[in-house]
Amino acid sequence: MTELKTQEMTLNMGPQHPSTHGVIRFIVKTDGEVMDVAIPDVGYLHRSIEKISEGVTYNGFMPWTDRVDYLAAMNCNVAYAMAVEKLAGIQPTKRAEYLRVIAQELNRIISHLLAIGSLAMDVGAYTPFLHTLREREAINDLMESLCGQRLTYNYARIGGVIYDLPDGFVEKTLPVLDRVERSLNEFDRLVTGNKIFLKRLGGIGVISREEAINYNLVGPNLRGSGVNWDLRRDEPYSVYPELEFEVPVGTGEAGLLGDCFDRYMVRVKEILQSCRLVRQCFEKMPAGDFMVKVPKKVRPPKGEIYVRLESTRGDMGVYLVSDGSDKPYRVRFRTSSFTAMSIIDKVSHGMMIADLIALIASLDVVAPEIDR
Amino acid sequence: MQNLANLLIAKYALLQTIPAEFVYVGIQILFGLVLLLLFVAPFAGITSWVERRIAARMMDRIGPNRVGPVGFLQWLADGLKSILKEDLIPAKADGPLFRMAPYLVFTGMFSAFVSIPFSSALIIADLNVGIFYILAVTSLVVVGILMCGWASNNKYSLLGGMRSAAQIVSYEIPSGLGILTVVLLAGSLSMQEIIKAQGAAPWNWFLFNNPFSMIAFFILFISSLAEGNRTPFDIPEAESEIVSGYNTEYSGMRFLFFFFAEWANLYLIAAIAVTLFMGGWQIPQVLRHWALGINPWLPPLFELITFVAKSLAVVFVIIWIRWTLPRVRVDQLMALCWKYLTPIGFVCVLGTAVWMVLLPQGSLFTRYFLLSLALVTLLYFFWRVYYQLRYSNVALDFRPLL
Repeated sequence: MTELKTQEMTLNMGPQHPSTHGVIRFIVKTDGEVMDVAIPDVGYLHRSIEKISEGVTYNGFMPWTDRVDYLAAMNCNVAYAMAVEKLAGIQPTKRAEYLRVIAQELNRIISHLLAIGSLAMDVGAYTPFLHTLREREAINDLMESLCGQRLTYNYARIGGVIYDLPDGFVEKTLPVLDRVERSLNEFDRLVTGNKIFLKRLGGIGVISREEAINYNLVGPNLRGSGVNWDLRRDEPYSVYPELEFEVPVGTGEAGLLGDCFDRYMVRVKEILQSCRLVRQCFEKMPAGDFMVKVPKKVRPPKGEIYVRLESTRGDMGVYLVSDGSDKPYRVRFRTSSFTAMSIIDKVSHGMMIADLIALIASLDVVAPEIDR
Repeated sequence: MQNLANLLIAKYALLQTIPAEFVYVGIQILFGLVLLLLFVAPFAGITSWVERRIAARMMDRIGPNRVGPVGFLQWLADGLKSILKEDLIPAKADGPLFRMAPYLVFTGMFSAFVSIPFSSALIIADLNVGIFYILAVTSLVVVGILMCGWASNNKYSLLGGMRSAAQIVSYEIPSGLGILTVVLLAGSLSMQEIIKAQGAAPWNWFLFNNPFSMIAFFILFISSLAEGNRTPFDIPEAESEIVSGYNTEYSGMRFLFFFFAEWANLYLIAAIAVTLFMGGWQIPQVLRHWALGINPWLPPLFELITFVAKSLAVVFVIIWIRWTLPRVRVDQLMALCWKYLTPIGFVCVLGTAVWMVLLPQGSLFTRYFLLSLALVTLLYFFWRVYYQLRYSNVALDFRPLL
């Protein structure tokens, strides 16, 4: 009997595809519905943000940091500010640190809400996506009152934050946090226990502990594979040592450890932890200045520094080189989506096209963060 | 339809001069046109609005509310817009096939309306192979979808077309088995005869006839969803995976044709389920006698209202499912069809046959029991929904597998 030969098909998924969450292209080699491999082709969104930094002052670069990862703008703000502060020897006030944590954790909530909502949408359930968007809007209102923006938040400054909390912010935020928890419960009942949802995510796109570490995955993607690592706890910065929270890790409850469902579940649980963190910050936040006195033109001494923090998608690093002038000599962001993209090539063998969508969504890649 | 014609012939002297067969055919064609233009077409349009409104409610937003009162005329505006759009055909597409495909889908779906029994008098053609005819003509849809998937010269469309062919052809088997259960019970393929074999009261419906027929109903319902490309089986047009699949390259009027057919199909699925399992147009005898005393036209009207009301209830359930469930994967879809629905379908057919041999008169106790079981389930469901809406503030409990 001769073996039947099938023709391999090359399918271009993207740059514009509803499920690539931005402009990313995958060159997918398929045999019908089953993929042979999916090769990510990045670079369609490159805006040379890092190069731009060399032409503007340290403070002037602050509005560009929001664009690095538009779903975690607060984290990028803070990461860059922390790098400059550390190099220039500036110590922000305690209140500023708390304000930054509040902003970052609220940002983590809305980023994860969008991640789990779009994951549900990518496997075909449209309603849960809009439910998460609804909660996102409520927090966006808070963010707008905090810093004036609804997407590219720009709140941190070198030496603190730009504004103190607006009047009644705490009173407005607490009910929103309650609401997020309640609606997450609703979302959970609608989606998490759904048989189809479990079947679509459980045991799909499995990334083992070793692979996750070798491929340099970070954040929820790493924790989804069962690695208990969180910079906020293991390499403490800011005021995180003073706060209590748990680090959720994947348990493989819907199939295998490190599958799409684990990554989804880690995000859901992290939202609850972030709510908890914001509440604690409100209780522990001291009164005082939200900004220290910083020269108009910051001139860090000659030298270099690498600072990292736990962004919503994981470890975000800023490498900064100063030549002593008022402009950075070199800025480089280490972003988590870029490494998350690299593992798709490895994991995608033998998957189905529909699974690739679930895999991309569960890794929560954000296109501008890949290309910068 | 023949009764209706006889009534008219008796009433109007002019009609008596023409041979009766011509009158029959004339009335059939006239009714067919009226049905398509005044019922099916507006129904498909209005369903688009209804679906969007229901979807919006489920998503906690408003939905179309600008054109006409509460956005009711949105479907007309959308239809008009689509007609006026430029007719785009991709340069490298297979032109003739590309143009023809939507019409095949459309024809397949709309021809089925010929044997939908809206009332005891309102059916275009009460074929003695009615349900078989519907199964046959709706198969034309596969050809249409596969054709447009191929002719679009787009890999995504091709994938969509292939998926559709695999899906619809596979699911015809369990749905055929579901139908066979009813055919056994009714002893006829004619839609009217199937309805006449049931009664107005729910315990006289085939749905509650015996446990096997109840399972057969769900098999038929699930397979109809799959054949109609409705979520959770909308994999041929999975917009997040294969970018709308077979209709990626279609725009304007041709695109509308697909969706027109899809919404009309929504009603078709419901009408078939209602005819086969839920007593069709049957109204209580008391009501019929009372209405006949007033006007001979009244009973068919009541029947029409009953039939449409039942169908709309099913349509609502289908829409509700669509906006609740995620999409299954193509291999899971096939596994569901071949590993579960088809074997269970065979069991249903055999079980019903055995049931009919053992209990030729049926069992009234079983009917009451199944009906009360269904009612209790429904009540429990509504209570759960009410409870969740009112008092849902429990601690989060993420244990999906428990």
